[in-house]
Amino acid sequence: MVSSVILVPALLNGLMTGAVYALVALGLTLIYGVLHIINFAHGALLTAALFAAFFANKLLGIDPYVAALFLAPLFFGIGYALQRFVIGPAAHGEDRNILLVTLGLAVMIENALLYAFRADTRTINLSYAFDVVEIGNSFLAVPRVVAFGVVVAIAALLWFAMRWTDTGKAIRAVAKEKLGAELSGINVAHIYAVTFGLGTACLAVTACLLIPTYYINPHAGNAFVLIAFTIVVLGGMGSVAGAMLGGLFVGVVESFSGLYLGESLGQIGIFVMFILVLLFRPSGLFGERA
Amino acid sequence: MKGLAPIATVAVLLALVPFITASNAVLNFLVMAFLIALAGQGWNILGGYGGQYSFGHAAFFGTGTYVTAVLQVRYGMNAWLCFALGIAGGALVGAVIGGLSFRSGLRGSYFALVTLAFAEVLRIVASVAPITGAGVGTLIKLDLRPEAFQFQSRAPFYWVLLALLVVSLILTRIIEDSRFGAYLVALRENEDAAKALGVDTTLVKLGAMTISAAITAAAGGFYAQYFLFVDAGIAYGPWISVEALLAPIIGGVGTVFGPLLGALVIRTLGELTKIVAGDAPGLDLVIYGSVLVAVVAFAPRGIAGLIERVRGRLTPPAAPSLERSHG
Amino acid sequence: MSRDNLNRRRFLQSTAAAALSAPSIARAQGSAVKVGVLHPVSGALSYSGQQGRIGAQLAIEDINAAGGIKALGGAKIEAVLGDAQSTPDGGNAEVEKMNSAGVAAIVGGYASSICLAASQTAARYNLPYIVDVGVVDSIVTRGLKNTFRFGPGFGVIAKTALDNLVAINDAAGKPAKTVMIVHEDSAFGSGLSKLLNTQLPERGFQVLEVISHPTPTRDFNNVALKVRAQNPDIVIPANYYNEYVLFARTMQQQRVRPKGIYSVLGGAASSYKFVKEFPEAAQYIMDCNHWFDPKNQKALELKKRIDARNEFYTYEVYMNYSCILLLADAIERAGSADRARIIGALENSTFGGHLMPYGPTKFVNGQNQGAAPVNTQVIGNDIQVILPASFASAKAVFPMPRA
Repeated sequence: MVSSVILVPALLNGLMTGAVYALVALGLTLIYGVLHIINFAHGALLTAALFAAFFANKLLGIDPYVAALFLAPLFFGIGYALQRFVIGPAAHGEDRNILLVTLGLAVMIENALLYAFRADTRTINLSYAFDVVEIGNSFLAVPRVVAFGVVVAIAALLWFAMRWTDTGKAIRAVAKEKLGAELSGINVAHIYAVTFGLGTACLAVTACLLIPTYYINPHAGNAFVLIAFTIVVLGGMGSVAGAMLGGLFVGVVESFSGLYLGESLGQIGIFVMFILVLLFRPSGLFGERA
Repeated sequence: MKGLAPIATVAVLLALVPFITASNAVLNFLVMAFLIALAGQGWNILGGYGGQYSFGHAAFFGTGTYVTAVLQVRYGMNAWLCFALGIAGGALVGAVIGGLSFRSGLRGSYFALVTLAFAEVLRIVASVAPITGAGVGTLIKLDLRPEAFQFQSRAPFYWVLLALLVVSLILTRIIEDSRFGAYLVALRENEDAAKALGVDTTLVKLGAMTISAAITAAAGGFYAQYFLFVDAGIAYGPWISVEALLAPIIGGVGTVFGPLLGALVIRTLGELTKIVAGDAPGLDLVIYGSVLVAVVAFAPRGIAGLIERVRGRLTPPAAPSLERSHG
Repeated sequence: MSRDNLNRRRFLQSTAAAALSAPSIARAQGSAVKVGVLHPVSGALSYSGQQGRIGAQLAIEDINAAGGIKALGGAKIEAVLGDAQSTPDGGNAEVEKMNSAGVAAIVGGYASSICLAASQTAARYNLPYIVDVGVVDSIVTRGLKNTFRFGPGFGVIAKTALDNLVAINDAAGKPAKTVMIVHEDSAFGSGLSKLLNTQLPERGFQVLEVISHPTPTRDFNNVALKVRAQNPDIVIPANYYNEYVLFARTMQQQRVRPKGIYSVLGGAASSYKFVKEFPEAAQYIMDCNHWFDPKNQKALELKKRIDARNEFYTYEVYMNYSCILLLADAIERAGSADRARIIGALENSTFGGHLMPYGPTKFVNGQNQGAAPVNTQVIGNDIQVILPASFASAKAVFPMPRA
């Protein structure tokens, strides 16, 4: 059956894939932890970012890794504006309305991309896309190794920012106690928008990391959403470290369940684990105890 | 019983539609709208009245679909019997998922996500299990006899579905007036308070989930008979979970007619945007999405809420809230 | 107040409009013949759907430019476009609308599940339905009189794929003995792999492992690892374009070099796009797939036109183009837009003016008997037909030369 020679490569592979999941989940967990909303537009925004990275490369010839440097701020702005001027006002402070608004946005973004760029699957071919790093008997594609490093760095950066900067502290204050934060002079609407912007910026970086080895079409981002939700819950909603560890963990679980159960049935591993965690430890595997 | 008159009126008016129009395009449009309304009515009992938002009603819809289809195809059972068993199967799945989740005290978004995960597990299993036809799906044999729950024309399908819908409306109305319904609303408004007053909240939620699942499963079983083909993506895919919650939320959660109203509006909107956008792929859905956002912005409590507001009669807020803290 | 009225009014208007927009089916001679063109142009299958629509529209343009339907006094064909939104119920709703709009026939569907639902609804109105691609065999085995499939089904595709694989292997001195199948897990991939898995051993191949994966699959590294560990002589992928791209690229990254990659209805060796964008990963991949007749002048001209539009000449394009020609021929011979007569004309069709290597059309129980896939291989920067010999433009390169 499954020979032991592929266990180590499968483990490394799971970690690499998990890192990308973690970054998608980082964005989601920030939004979830602070705004307490399930953002249905997350996948569509990732798709939009993939298109942005694609055209930055095709039209302007910018390497995706360089593009990340300006796409992240750009998408921060987009996310900020969306929350401040669309989602916030339209939602009237009710969760089920936020659900509908983000759902509506997702449908809009996805189909606007379909309308503008048609459904073609696009890819970019970079000189380094097929370069590999050899570790033992495993070949690791260079872009995936880069992605792993970048994600770990971003997670660390976010973790420190949340702890030590004023904005980070304000975000955490709003997440913990919205009313109290408001009373102590924090502009909650602004902090909400900043958080949404940060979450969206994470997607822009994810897109730039994915694009050397992945494809782009108007539905490409959706493939990552469900798994990101899983990670958010496993890691504990709102926890940066939890999302990072959760992402890696899910990547490895997925890798091994795919190996032993087959790729089709293998997806079940994540959801079963997800259900078990929710039923028996709803604060998440890595979350603080309730 | 109070409140049955409007249901009877709506039922009679809708039943007359096939006599007014010979257009099957209109009937088919209404069938799809009613199907969503029925699935949404299931969601509404748990989500609208009980405040338990599910993202995974596909689990029940799909069970209804598969049980109806598979029992017929594999074991040659009568279609109507299969349909009834499909409803029972859906209810059972609802009871099991509800039992597990509510016993663990899952609320708010945790509950929403766990239902989503259950639906996904079922979808994956259905896409590999041999009994469901795995990836190939299950095709029900064409057999246009009423005994086989298949009809020559669209009208009988329409009436059967309308009857199912009316039953669900009456059932909802009965629940509204019952002690069980009162408990359900009480726990939506404040679960801890309801508990303190001696309501067995877990049992009430479990009951609501079972009824909810059965109704949505009926929609699934009907789908199987109407299209005669099921695969994992149709049965357990996220599309129906979304439609089932969209209809009541747009129409008005926790109201008898909310899901029907919402489904009609959503489907009409879908058709209108197609006409407006012409044949450009995707453009209709862009308009659809923006109207959705606008509707929420201007009618935050659904169409039922809007109607109430227009009448100048403010209803008490029927707004269950997804749990806001995980502490 | 006003908003509520507006909503209600709009709703009433729309239902009234829907009821009124159903014109009578009777058509005077010389007026346009309406033909339903149904594809999933939005949703998950939108790329294929849009390609199919292009093919159908071009065929209609060409027929009209050449004088329309002559038996009907030069009546033009008027396309009634429909978007199935990548779901069976979407396709079903469009058929209902097309029927109300008075179409004479419907062409398209693309996905098997859409074709199943749409053709069955069309059957209620005795409305001729020509399936463009939908490969599941139950589409034509349900006994629907109105449903015709121009292209091949699973059974024929799997048999041809096996025959050709054996032929290629034998010609090379039987270097390949072991096989791994990698397929997507919906109707298309699993149906096919089931057939292959049972028949490969009968043809002397050992199936080492069958790997199914969902669509979409985000990552193929594990699959590539398994392939590397099992080291089969031949890898048989059967999946959609996106997954194919990921899989082929991952195999290249993981330095997996089997003796041959032989896909069945796969994306690569039959996609000019893939060859253009990933010439290295695509090199020497073989595919058993729908393909135009490379010796057909009309097919090559259409290719030029598609290339000039900066589109890719995919099988959806020429299959839909052919299906419309087939339908136009039937209407011509029926001498009428009457549905029953068109069905009669299709049943007796011997149409040979299409773009496919099928020979004259002959329907038996709705299935075109001559329909068969061909084998292609990416050689250099082009796609060559390697089998059947009568259409071949190159010889198979097998086993793959080690770079």
